[in-house]
Amino acid sequence: MNNNFDQFQGSPDYVISESLQNAVNVSMALGKPLLIRGEPGTGKTRLAHSIARGLEKKLFVWNIKSTTKAQEGLYVYDTVQRLNDSRFGDRDVSDIRQYIKLGKLGQAFTALDQVVLLIDEIDKADIEFPNDLLNELDEMIFYINEIDETVSAIHRPIAVITSNAEKELPDAFLRRCIFHYIEFPDAALMEEIVRVHLPDIKDNLLGEALTTFYKLREVDGFRKKPSTSELIDWLQALIAGGIPVDRVSNEIPFIGTLLKKETDYDYFLTRTGRKLPGKRGDTYGTLH
Amino acid sequence: MFTNFFYILREKKVPVSITEWMTLMEALSRGYISNLEEFYYLARAILVKSEGHYDHYDAAFQQYFKGIETPAEISEQILEWLKDSTNRKTLTEEERAMFDKMDLDELIREFEKRLAEQTEQHDGGNRWIGRGGTSPFGHSGYHPAGIRVGGESGGRHAIQIAQERRFQNYRSDLTLDVRQIKMALRALRQLNRIGPEDELDLEETIDATCKNAGELEFVWRQSRKNAVKVLLLMDVGGSMTPFAWLCSRLFSAAHSSSHFKDFKYLYFHNCIYDGLYLDVARKEAVSTDLLLRVLESDYKVILVGDARMATEELTQRYGAINYYEQNDTPGLIWLKRIADHFDHCIWLNPEAPSYWSHPTVLMIGKLFPMYELTMDGLREGIKKLVVKK
Repeated sequence: MNNNFDQFQGSPDYVISESLQNAVNVSMALGKPLLIRGEPGTGKTRLAHSIARGLEKKLFVWNIKSTTKAQEGLYVYDTVQRLNDSRFGDRDVSDIRQYIKLGKLGQAFTALDQVVLLIDEIDKADIEFPNDLLNELDEMIFYINEIDETVSAIHRPIAVITSNAEKELPDAFLRRCIFHYIEFPDAALMEEIVRVHLPDIKDNLLGEALTTFYKLREVDGFRKKPSTSELIDWLQALIAGGIPVDRVSNEIPFIGTLLKKETDYDYFLTRTGRKLPGKRGDTYGTLH
Repeated sequence: MFTNFFYILREKKVPVSITEWMTLMEALSRGYISNLEEFYYLARAILVKSEGHYDHYDAAFQQYFKGIETPAEISEQILEWLKDSTNRKTLTEEERAMFDKMDLDELIREFEKRLAEQTEQHDGGNRWIGRGGTSPFGHSGYHPAGIRVGGESGGRHAIQIAQERRFQNYRSDLTLDVRQIKMALRALRQLNRIGPEDELDLEETIDATCKNAGELEFVWRQSRKNAVKVLLLMDVGGSMTPFAWLCSRLFSAAHSSSHFKDFKYLYFHNCIYDGLYLDVARKEAVSTDLLLRVLESDYKVILVGDARMATEELTQRYGAINYYEQNDTPGLIWLKRIADHFDHCIWLNPEAPSYWSHPTVLMIGKLFPMYELTMDGLREGIKKLVVKK
């Protein structure tokens, strides 16, 4: 076994499965970006934070939106500022360099130490977005046209890319990545995760809550199934409210922390027969 | 090293490229792994780029490292066959008693043994699995849930992990490329200005700048995006079998059309009752009621079927062709609910209009505008889907 392979061992605030840890180490050893997919709330984004903390490296986060262009991650040439300065400013507009602003990718390349780079929710962007970054992620190098300069990474950043599979990613991009799919944690792993967040939680409360939680997840027909972050919110609410254990599974207090959509909430209420048919119930009823 | 594994993966339709294979070789040569389990994860992370292929990978891994031939397609056929309880009759009294005595582990082992033997001897296939295939196998024996080693996460043997085949439900394969239908479907769009204002409105900009005495004044607007959501409901099996190829073309065209905002597809047999099915084999169902509740009414619904059945299947309670369906609401009412809920529905019929005089076809034709499943019919139907009601 090579010594510098098992670099990442997790961090105290993040519970990691063996296979994921393996994928992280493979991607670091080979210097290839790690592509992470999985249900919402399985800790895709937090993984990058954990790597940064675990290896004591700085983290650069590039949040992708539907309007994000690949170029923005490298650098932006602020022409508007320059135009403004040429009219009213007192700066020397012939020095273009001062109007070149490095994006997150550019900053990660030029950092003096190795950093962790998180490209969050890459599938939110345009379908061509990943293709535009192929060379940059592969060679870790890009060229600034305006000042005729090449920026190359001093240290290859540890790149983590998350995706919710809203769009199909291009094959050429996938070929260059290491891939891992995070499954929804089973009850045992979930218990471990909860204990990291709420170390003082009582065993019987946690046990009861987890049983209820997984039962709720099995109900078909929720538009958004409750996930880890909702569970933790709920447990916090239960502790803060001082709810006795026996009420947890019977009443499911603070259900609003688990079900975030109105239709899910209504569905839950009618299913458990807690609500007399109101307006919504009536229209629902006529269908039968 | 392991070159055969590469070809097995390709054979199982995992799109592994040479680049990725070379990456794996590089990782191996650097000595990153010390046992088979690490190899399992390492190779999966490097070679497989979608959870949809995890199951194929597991199957390939199992085959390469265990040396047992278990093509998924055959296994699925066997599962189908197992479901049919009449097959149990082929067992002799003695054999049945033998199987009833075995515990789960034994059953699994026996099943795998038979499975292996079956692929080796071609003719005896049905007989072997027939003997192995009492329903306990189908449900708990071969199915991953049955083999699953619960809770234990560390130190499991890699082949065992592969054997679990936990990712079977993520599979998404089988598409045909049919350009013609795709082009027709392209007409199915509704461009709305949504999202952030990020498109330069040139006309307005010039206007505003002129008004501003030549000082630049930018005007931005939202860009146009397709907002069409499609729900495809297909009749499969029975009288539709001769048209299966046609339906599968329509399906693959719709499935690979990336311009829809959302595309959902479900299956039924002859008529829609309480449930619709997620797969062609009609194993997994979703309640129709739930569907009507969860899906917004702006989904464009395309129903595909010959609409030809016995009249009571459509109009009678408990009329469904599958006796276990036990529908206490007649199919016609369910169809009406669908027609009422969604703003735009069409019915595509693969049979020629000259055959549409059958009573059930006429009844359904009154609920849904019906078109022939030809290029012309499809174009007409799509026009109907686009116009406002």
